[in-house]
Amino acid sequence: MALSEAHNKTFIDMSTAEPVGRRWRRALGPDLDGYGFVLPAAIIMTALVVYPFCLALWFSLSDGMIGETRHWIGLQNFVYILQDHIFLQTIRNTIIFAVSSVVLKSVFGLALALLLQRATRWKRFFRGSVLIPFVAPTALTTLGWWLIFDPTYSHINWALKHIWPLSLFGLGPYQWLGQEYLALAACAFVNFWRGLPFFAVTIFAGLVAIPAQIYEAAETDGASAWRKFWHITLPLLRPVLAVVTLFSTIFTLGDFNIVYVLTRGGPMNSTHLFATYSFTEGILNHDIGVGAAIALFLFPLLFVIVIFQLRMVRKETSYGL
Amino acid sequence: MASSAIAVGVPVQVKTKTPTWRIRQSVVTYVSLMPYVAFALFPLYITLVTSVKTKQEINNQNLSPFWALGMTIDNYKYLAQYTHFFDHWMINTLLVAVLATGISVVIGILAAYALARLRFRGVEAFGVAVFVTYLVPTSLLFLPLINVINFLDKFLHIRDTYWSLVITYPTFLIPFVTWLLMGYFRTVPVEVEECAYLDGCGRLRTLLTIVLPMALPGVVCAILFGFTLCWNEFLYSLVFIQDELHKTLSVGVVTELIRGDIYFWGALMAACIMGSLPIIVLYAFFMDYYVSGLTAGAIK
Repeated sequence: MALSEAHNKTFIDMSTAEPVGRRWRRALGPDLDGYGFVLPAAIIMTALVVYPFCLALWFSLSDGMIGETRHWIGLQNFVYILQDHIFLQTIRNTIIFAVSSVVLKSVFGLALALLLQRATRWKRFFRGSVLIPFVAPTALTTLGWWLIFDPTYSHINWALKHIWPLSLFGLGPYQWLGQEYLALAACAFVNFWRGLPFFAVTIFAGLVAIPAQIYEAAETDGASAWRKFWHITLPLLRPVLAVVTLFSTIFTLGDFNIVYVLTRGGPMNSTHLFATYSFTEGILNHDIGVGAAIALFLFPLLFVIVIFQLRMVRKETSYGL
Repeated sequence: MASSAIAVGVPVQVKTKTPTWRIRQSVVTYVSLMPYVAFALFPLYITLVTSVKTKQEINNQNLSPFWALGMTIDNYKYLAQYTHFFDHWMINTLLVAVLATGISVVIGILAAYALARLRFRGVEAFGVAVFVTYLVPTSLLFLPLINVINFLDKFLHIRDTYWSLVITYPTFLIPFVTWLLMGYFRTVPVEVEECAYLDGCGRLRTLLTIVLPMALPGVVCAILFGFTLCWNEFLYSLVFIQDELHKTLSVGVVTELIRGDIYFWGALMAACIMGSLPIIVLYAFFMDYYVSGLTAGAIK
């Protein structure tokens, strides 16, 4: 954490030579050059994150097209979008999309992590191959899924028609991306495919960190596998699970690529998420105010999740380990 | 570690761990892992298979779409001859990724060192700010950033060029790199640094000659992950660049190769393969760094 006493002393000794520096050090701390170290990052973050964020707030509270002078209109943009049935549908889509894919990711991610931990041979092969969806460019891998879901070339429909046990049921052909609920499910499924490795690998790292002695002690007490999982693995994984779910929820709520490539928000706006609808209104329809208001709806949601999850992590770690 | 690996979730007690039991357990493990591996690789496999098919074979509905009968590299040739895939999009992506990562890693190293080691008023607040910006998704900021780019365009010509990406990508790279490296810097023993100070090294020199070499795996990890994030970025590139010659890979493929209702599936899939290949090769060589970068955000 902080420098030890010895190092601290050398600085105080140096500072006795110059009383002005000492005064500053007393007010601001021993390492004044720290300000120089964080300055470049602070400038970029202020100019390209904090300022744009304030600009987005201003856009959402004002009226005017791109390039025009903007006029203050108060909360009218927000009132407008809250009466817009497409936006209300976007909220519903986002909740269904995020909840279903995060639940799938955490359940299968935990299972995959437990399997990866038990696979002691070829572990590089297994870990390496399951992680690929997370590393490869999302827009491009989603194009592969787009082909798999294509109405004419769909691999799933072909398999349902031609591959023996499946062909007996006489199912399909389905318009995977052409029907409201199927399309949203397809988008959530691709998001699940892409995000699963993140859960698996992070939970795996958490599993490895649990001391083996705890399990050995439980075994000598005759604990069953289920009890070990329920009373040791799960409680000790809780902080990791909380943080992974936090990260994934945030990135899933802000997702753009998958929906943009697969459906562009269609059919009938049934797959629009905040990001894609904000893109449609702000860029394609040139209404920056409404676009910004839609995007800003993400923020309170993110804020609540961050606070909630950080609280939970802090509480868990205080007595958990 | 080995014993715990076997112990998790095993439905039998200690004394029954016979060799047959162990074999049965590992068979169960590997058989259950197979569907996950197949699932992870499935779309990539489909992409690869489709990219080496002729148009006739793709359109023939009686042939299985799951494997290719003939092999052709025509789709790849098409990419090279009729699109800007290799001569512009790939070079642009590479340039943007290298420059943005370079800038971010340098700035991130400085900030991370201050966060990990130095004591001054406001350092905790800065740390919280870095964490919060790390969590702000790009989809929240792309609209106002258009204005920022238009403003900067008055001084430097960056509008509608890939330079706008070199400037904006650090917004999500710097928080990530700072967060990652802070953890690595804290693992370097303070005593080593103190020796350097006592020998008369300045702060910057201590960081460059003592701390950085000891935290080298972290720096490599930051570079690799930053490069991958840049390579895969889609939204900013889509919004900021309309000039076909300045597009990056993902956006070029999605916006220029998909036109009308009849898609050139072969060429499109070849583009997906060629666009993913550099990252997958990089990943194959440096897998462990990727894993530590991935878990760094969550496990600290």
